[in-house]
Amino acid sequence: MKISVLVNEGPYQHQSADTAIQFTKAVLAKGHEIFRVFFYHDGVNNGTRYAVPPQDDRNITEQWTEMAKEHNLDLVICIAAAQRRGILDENEAKRQGKEGHNMADGFRISGLGQLIEAGIQSDRMVIFGD
Amino acid sequence: MSEPWEDDELDGPVRKFMYVNRRAPYGTIYALESLEVVLIAAAFEQDVTLVFMDDGVYQIKKGQDTGAIGVKNFSPTYRALEGYDVEKLYVEKESLESRGLTTDDLVVPVQVVNNDQLAELMEEQEVILSF
Repeated sequence: MKISVLVNEGPYQHQSADTAIQFTKAVLAKGHEIFRVFFYHDGVNNGTRYAVPPQDDRNITEQWTEMAKEHNLDLVICIAAAQRRGILDENEAKRQGKEGHNMADGFRISGLGQLIEAGIQSDRMVIFGD
Repeated sequence: MSEPWEDDELDGPVRKFMYVNRRAPYGTIYALESLEVVLIAAAFEQDVTLVFMDDGVYQIKKGQDTGAIGVKNFSPTYRALEGYDVEKLYVEKESLESRGLTTDDLVVPVQVVNNDQLAELMEEQEVILSF
């Protein structure tokens, strides 16, 4: 089955991001396909490379990055939601005249059309949010 | 001129998308960002249904004045939905009545459905996004 995941909450504040990671792992382990993971609302904060959680805690962003690398996942961050919250990739940082970018490896920034496309192309869309 | 990220070419069937709005318009950003999804989605020519339930019914209440909280009043945008061919708007009867509202209090024409009818409507959908 082809599944897409929508993550609507940021990391650490809510369980949703952790659950989304565990769900995505389980989907892949069962041999299903992840068409796309889309990050919206505070979910865009899953993609900041500057999060530095204490060493004895999990690093949610790194978990996404590693999973993306291993399984060639398409991790898409909504551009409008990201810009509001200060999440910028290299191109956007340049375009907006900002000095640095903070998008973690494995993520890409794009529009809400990617969310709609995920809804059209997938057999199921599973949403994580409180 | 559209931005490059809005040029997503889509192939595939038309699907039944339902957007369920459950939260008050202000206090969190969910209502505004849900409206953004609906407006973008309208361009993809899908079969779109909007539902307002729980505190989400306040999103389309007339007479919103957000001056005192310094937040943009985006309620006029709901009236533009018709121009995007988003015409299937439903309000859950129980949510409306328990808040002392009638359809006269709303900025857009809607169909009022009870909880059971809404469940049936949800049953028919292919993608349900809840905000």
